[in-house]
Parts: sequence; C-alpha cells; structure tokens
Amino acid sequence: MNHIALKMLMGDTGKYIGIVMGLTFASLIMTQQPAIFLGIMSRTYSFVTDVGLPDIWVIDPKVQFVDDIKPMQDTELYRVRGISGVEWAMPMYKGLLKARLLDGTFQTCNVVGLDDATLIGGPPVMLEGKLDDLRRSDSVIVDIDGASEKLGKPSLIPGGKPVPLKIGDNLELNDRRAIVVGIAKVTRTFQSQPVIYTTYSRAKSYAPKERKLLSFVLVKAKKGQDLVELTRSIRESTGLAAYTQADFKTLTYEYFMHNTGIPINFGTSVLLGFIVGAAIAGQTFYNFTLGNIMQFGVLKAMGTSNWILLRMILLQAVLVGSIGYGLGVGLTALFGFAMRHTILAFKFPWQLLLFSGAGISLICAFAAIISILKVIRLEPAIVFKG
Amino acid sequence: MNLAVRCQNVVKVYDTGGQKVTALNDINLDIIAGQLMMLVGPSGCGKTTLISVIAGILDQDEGLCELFGENLLTMRSKDKLNFRAKNIGFVFQAFNLLPSLNAAENVSVPLIINGMKRAEAERKAITLLEQVGLGARWKSLPSQLSGGQQQRVAIARALVHNPRLIVCDEPTSALDHETGRNVMKLLKDVALHKDRTLVIVTHDARIFDFADRIAEMDDGHIVEVKGNARLKVKG
Ligand SMILES: Nc1ncnc2c1ncn2[C@@H]1O[C@H](COP(=O)(O)OP(=O)(O)OP(=O)(O)O)[C@@H](O)[C@H]1O
Ligand SMILES: [Mg+2]
Repeated sequence: MNHIALKMLMGDTGKYIGIVMGLTFASLIMTQQPAIFLGIMSRTYSFVTDVGLPDIWVIDPKVQFVDDIKPMQDTELYRVRGISGVEWAMPMYKGLLKARLLDGTFQTCNVVGLDDATLIGGPPVMLEGKLDDLRRSDSVIVDIDGASEKLGKPSLIPGGKPVPLKIGDNLELNDRRAIVVGIAKVTRTFQSQPVIYTTYSRAKSYAPKERKLLSFVLVKAKKGQDLVELTRSIRESTGLAAYTQADFKTLTYEYFMHNTGIPINFGTSVLLGFIVGAAIAGQTFYNFTLGNIMQFGVLKAMGTSNWILLRMILLQAVLVGSIGYGLGVGLTALFGFAMRHTILAFKFPWQLLLFSGAGISLICAFAAIISILKVIRLEPAIVFKG
Repeated sequence: MNLAVRCQNVVKVYDTGGQKVTALNDINLDIIAGQLMMLVGPSGCGKTTLISVIAGILDQDEGLCELFGENLLTMRSKDKLNFRAKNIGFVFQAFNLLPSLNAAENVSVPLIINGMKRAEAERKAITLLEQVGLGARWKSLPSQLSGGQQQRVAIARALVHNPRLIVCDEPTSALDHETGRNVMKLLKDVALHKDRTLVIVTHDARIFDFADRIAEMDDGHIVEVKGNARLKVKG
C-alpha cells in the first residue's frame, strides 16, 4: 500500500509541488532568519571572544555591554593588581574616535589601546606586519575589512572600489598622525566599524582629553585560582564590576536580547514563516486529500482499514515534509555560503536543524491529522455517488 | 439453490439535518448464487442504497441482510473489512480507477489489500487484463484508455481476487450502446460462473436481456422480481 500512497501523491504533480514548496518556504524561513539572528547576536560579543587571553574583565559597574564604555581612573589598574589571586592585570582603552581620511572625509573608528609593555589584547590574527611593530612611534594596526572598505583611499577611477590601506599609509586621528604598520583580521562586530589597534598611551593621546580613560582592566588569574571567587574579591575591594569572559559575553548578549528589537523582529519573521508555511502546506495537503477522497473511498470499500489509510497519509506527509525540509535547509546553507564574504551575519549551528526540523514536523503532523480525520470519517458508500 | 444474498425487511432511512428520507422501505429479496441479478427502477428509488447495504459498505437501520449466510451488521469491523476484501468486487459507473496507477497496478489493488506481494499481484493482474482483452495495455494509465477500456480494467480489478459477489452500479451508463453491450458480455462470460454472483444496478433497458432475474424497485420497495424468459417467473 505504501507504493500506492506514493504514486497517489506524485501522480498529482501540481498539488505535490505546491505542498513541497510550502514546506520548503517554511523551512527556509525557519532556518535562514534564525541563522542571521544568531550571526548578529554572536557579533555583539565578538570583541570579548577576540581578546581571548584574560580570564576576567573589570569594568565600571554601570556598564551594560561591551560597547557601553564608562571609563575608569587609571589608578583602578593598580588597585586590581594588588588583589591576591591576580596573576597580571592590564589596561585597555576602547573608544570611538574620528579618523580623517586622505580625501578629507571622516570615519568613526573603534580604537583599541593595548598595554604598552605587553600589548595584551591584540588582534586575533595578523595578516601583515607584526603586533610588536606597535612599539614604533605613531604606529597603528588596522583591521582588513576597515582597511579595504571604510578606511580605503579614494579610487583612481571615479566610482571605482576604494584602494585598500597598506602598511606605510597614513591616517589622522584627532589631528595626530597615525602610521599603519600592520593589517589584522578581527571578527566582525555589531557596529562593523573599522578597528584600529594601538598602544594604551598612544590611544590616550588620540582620545579627547578626559580625566578617566581606562575602559577595561584585563585580569589573568593565578593558576588554580577560582574565577568566581576572584571576581567577588575584585568587586569587594574596588567597588567595580568584574566578570569572567563567559559572563561578560552573556551580559552583552542579554543586553541586546532585552533592550533591542532584534529578537522580536526575527522572532516575528520565524513565526510568520511557520504560520504561512503551515497554512500553505496544510491547505494544499488537505486539498490533495479531498481531491483524492474518491480514491480513498474505493480503497475503503475494497476492504482497506483506517489504520492502513492512516499510514498511507502519514507516509505522504513524511515524504513531502522531508523533501521540503531538505530543500529549505539546503537553500539556507546555500544562502549562507553565498554570503560568506559579505558583511551579512550568518551562523548555522546544528541546533537550528533540530529547531526547523521540529517546526516542519509540526506542520506535517497538522496537515496529516486534518486529512486523516477526514478519511477516517469517510463513509465507504460514497463510492457509488456520482 | 444456494442463496448469495438474503434481505429480510430491510429499512434504511437517511437523516440529513432533520429531513428524513426512507430510501429502503421493507425490502425482501433473495439473490441466487451463480446468477446475474439486475436491480432496475426510477431514479431515487433506492437501488444504489440497496447494493451498498448488500455489499456491506452501508449499514441498514432495520432488518436482516445476509451475504453467503453471514450477517455483516453484527461482524466486528475488522472481520467485515476482511470479508469485503475477500468476497466482493466493485464496478462503478465512473470506473473509479486510481488515476496515477497504470492498468496492472490498478487491477492488483484488491490483491495487495488481501496481503499479496506487489510483484506477484501485478503478474496476476496482467493475466486478468489478458482475459478482458487488454493484456497489451497493462502499462497504460487510465487517462490513456477509452471509457470502455477503463471499464474493462475495472472489471479485471473486480475479478482479480476471485470474489464470490460482484456489485456494479450503472456499469454501462457512461458508455455508448455498443461498448456497453461489450462490457455486459464480458461480465456475463468472464465474471459470472456457478460460484460467482453478479448484482447490477441499471437504468439501461437495452441490457436487460443479460439478466437471469430482474428486480424492479420503486420508492424503496421491491415491486416485482421477474425471471428472464428462459427462467421461471418468481414473485
Ligand atoms: N447520503 C444520502 N443522504 C441523504 N439522502 C440520500 C443519500 N443517498 C441517497 N439518498 C436519498 O435516498 C433515496 C434513494 O437514493 P439512491 O441513491 O439509493 O437511489 P437510486 O435508485 O440509486 O437513484 P439513481 O438511479 O438516481 O442512482 C433518494 O431519495 C436519495 O435522495
Ligand atoms: Mg444510484
């Protein structure tokens, strides 16, 4: 009977394609939108992940997420260094500064100032030059995306692509000269501004004069030191906030979850995809069953049990569901692949496969159930009705 | 004389939203095994309702209807399905073949319902198609066959599992006169034998001569049961 069920399904090509397309659409929306969402959300804390080395981030207690800079006094660094259990503590400056480009225009950049002696917290990957080159005077390292796009030099042909910044090129940060000595690769951040690395003291000289300029104190704990314990003693003795790397990521992530419209926007898209997909697939599947009701009646009159008819319909639903799911997920993967070198955020963890799989199963179960009810209630005597 | 069907005081009332229609009103009818019985009468007199009850696809409200000595009304639904699957073949006015199955696959359906393996069922189906003169067309889809050919496929389907009773509702109404007579010839020559009974509902006076007996209905009653000229007339 399975063979008959499949032939019945595929014999009606128009409806068959309709059902599969509805499910493909639903599974596409239910994977592609969350993938972009997860991509964007992972960018919110990518700076924390990129810095990597420190165990604990010490910040002003009012800071809500990683880009929410509330500077502290430099003296806080020494207080943190004095706490037992701290292996080392390094200053870091992070702030938005305007860079003046060769053509006279300005571009806001994320300037990161690293401890002058150790350069801890530098970019994760150096593409050209060395991190140590930051010890030369006026030197900066620029991230590759910023260097080739927003900080690029005007094209020689009008309307052409900007010419990427190279080692040896100059920038102006707050009327002070900066010389590019390296190109780095950083993970894209939420705001996607160019990232410029320099030393802590030079960053302070680029920044507008303020009493407080220390953004973070990066702390490495001594070997065997309990991190939660250490954050507590830092909080108690300095009155500052102290987060483990994971907690700081969560803090940032949660801030975006609760204080921006991003989750709601994407949640709505996913829900709409689910509803529209369910409506299209459910409707076409039910129509397909109605269209074939005489065939089901004939099978019933000839002695096919409800149980077997139910299995036939389930098989049909599972088949269209699997094809639709596969196509939808495939299209999403293709989309992700096509977008891999663009600014678009995209993250496709395996959990997303389960999520959309569950969504599609739900739609198919719904479509199958309404059809099954119809067929179970069917009187076989309809076979003699014209 | 063995009885294939025995109906006693059968009543069927359709209730559609308060409006009651008595489709069968105290039907008494015996159908002799191995004969071709025709049910005739004006439109709406209850012919289709009666063969539905006889074939066990519709439950009567009152009375007894026995099929080869079995009362389908009191059977467990699973046994009833098995009984239908083994003992009854159906032929419809509109053929009711499954449009996406080819002729052989269509004919094999009753065998598959009875649990036969597909390959064997299709082999058997092809021999049946040969018997109805369509051996060469076993791969054709219903849409590729003429009305008469489709009805012959449907007859092969009604025969393939060797049932004891074949019920046909207006098997020739959708066909022209010549084709209709050919279909009737096929039913009479191939389908009917001493262990198989045919009940055929028809309007078509031109095929009455194929009947062994004719039951005339009107308004839910059996008015008269006539034997064919060769047979003794029964009341
Ligand atoms: N499912 C149903 N619900 C309600 N009334 C019905 C139903 N089926 C048949 N009837 C009514 O029962 C009566 C007998 O119908 P039936 O179909 O048995 O007649 P018939 O003799 O086969 O007619 P025809 O020659 O037009 O096919 C008619 O009055 C019909 O309207
Ligand atoms: Mg009728």
